[in-house]
Amino acid sequence: MNTLSLDVAAIKAEFPLLQRQVYDQPIVYLDSGATSQKPQSVLDAMNQYYAEINANIHRGAYLIAEQATTAVENSRAALARFLGASVAEEIVFTKNATEAVNLVAHSWGRTNLREGDVVLLSTLEHHANIVPWQQLAADQGVEIRWIPITNEGRLDLTDLDALLDGVRLLAVTAASNVTGAMPPLRYLADAVHAVGAKILVDASQWSPHRPTDVAAWDADFVVLTAHKMCGPTGVGALWGRRDLLDAMPPFLGGGSMIQNVTFDGFTPAEVPTRFEAGTQPLAEIIGWHAAITFLEGLGLEAIAAHERDLTAYALRTLTERLGHDLTIHGPSSVEDRGGTLSLAYRDIHPHDLSQVLDQHGVCVRAGHHCTKPLMKVLGVNATTRASLYLYNDEADVDALADALFAAGEFFAF
Amino acid sequence: MAGLEDLYREIILDHYRNPRNRGELEVPPATMAEGFNPLCGDEIQVYVEVRQGIISEVRLGGQGCSISQSSASMMSTAVIGKSTDGARDVMRDFKKMMSIHEDGLDGDATSGQTADRPGASGLGDLEALRGVVKFPVRIKCATLGWNTLDQVLDLLEVE
Repeated sequence: MNTLSLDVAAIKAEFPLLQRQVYDQPIVYLDSGATSQKPQSVLDAMNQYYAEINANIHRGAYLIAEQATTAVENSRAALARFLGASVAEEIVFTKNATEAVNLVAHSWGRTNLREGDVVLLSTLEHHANIVPWQQLAADQGVEIRWIPITNEGRLDLTDLDALLDGVRLLAVTAASNVTGAMPPLRYLADAVHAVGAKILVDASQWSPHRPTDVAAWDADFVVLTAHKMCGPTGVGALWGRRDLLDAMPPFLGGGSMIQNVTFDGFTPAEVPTRFEAGTQPLAEIIGWHAAITFLEGLGLEAIAAHERDLTAYALRTLTERLGHDLTIHGPSSVEDRGGTLSLAYRDIHPHDLSQVLDQHGVCVRAGHHCTKPLMKVLGVNATTRASLYLYNDEADVDALADALFAAGEFFAF
Repeated sequence: MAGLEDLYREIILDHYRNPRNRGELEVPPATMAEGFNPLCGDEIQVYVEVRQGIISEVRLGGQGCSISQSSASMMSTAVIGKSTDGARDVMRDFKKMMSIHEDGLDGDATSGQTADRPGASGLGDLEALRGVVKFPVRIKCATLGWNTLDQVLDLLEVE
């Protein structure tokens, strides 16, 4: 029985890497939370850029420079549409989501936050959305405060009103890369705005899987990365509300980000160029556009429905097959939950578990997933994480269950 | 191609199931250092007590995977009764075995001068960890306890 709403066999055929074998068996790729695989159309777009229009953008008054400039700006416009942004100028290309958080912490944070101000983070955050704020806290005397989590790995918002006292910014993930929990962003944005604070959303684990609408979230800043959504590594973006971006000083200085430079100083360029110092990853930006086209071709609603069904199948199958020997750190229902499955199986260390899974062609991640504060709350040093995506199907989940069972046999004491 | 049996030798699993010298020692007289594997979050505490120039006791705390735990367990039995210089010699031999040579990266790794002569290194049971170099990601697991012992020996030299 296959009730999933995507034709996964046809989709898999578009991903060259998913055709390969490891250890003489088909690869079962369950690590899209770390990085997704790339469809042929993305590889082609990047190749085509280098083969046909490779030139630096802006200021080149020749045909291929104009074509390259147009391709990059088309990608910016496509990403703005994809995110529900009102204008393309609200999109700043960065190296990754991490750099986008750093940009906001450095530029907006240092301009707007003073000693005693509070930055509110959630316990679910990735180090990328923790450390830049801790750096800011160390430099500016800003206080960091944490939203706790429930036993199911969702945000515990019981004491939100008290937590919001003195808060100037909430930085929160749209989807946990460990528990899969998807916090209620609009609710949080309304609460934060009611006390005059801003909200930054880390959409790295959301935008590959669900329709993104920054206006519906009423967010102030959103960061994301291309490589988790079928795009290339090396490029990410910051979306920010235009009035906020306009008032922010540059982050990195260099070429392109200026209006004028004299012996005495410089005048920064307008947004978004102000934040894009130096030559950008042009092929990657263009490849990202192809990834967006690919995702929109399948339909984000269809992808979301597929992943909800597959996550439900995985939660059911793994529990049935492995019973009480298996712990899944995260919500047991698929409501507001992504296809991220952080597992503990018997007392087998995640490194050992993932090593045995590898021998079965099953690729999962073992470790703290750059969420050490969350690991401490969960009471573990590490987990084994399987993460589902649009090209995974029930057979992949079955292969995971088989491999976990085999690992249990191997380490049976 | 490297298989699981290259990595998980029986003696490794034995030390994992029945780790030797688990526990703590009072500091002082013992000396302690703590090591972390930033990749996986594993942590270890190594306690060493030296009497009349000889390592009389070693205790291990913390938690980790089978490779880090068994390597540390075997390390403890290998260095007890040795002088600190003697412990450094074992450590040097072990780290040499754990070093990857470029021609070994195809999964058919050999390492050190003693690769073709099992037992020639004098590492004894620790030879069982030779297969780890075929799984480069796991080398940091195998060396975690040793790097922490290295810190303890440095502390002892200062004292």
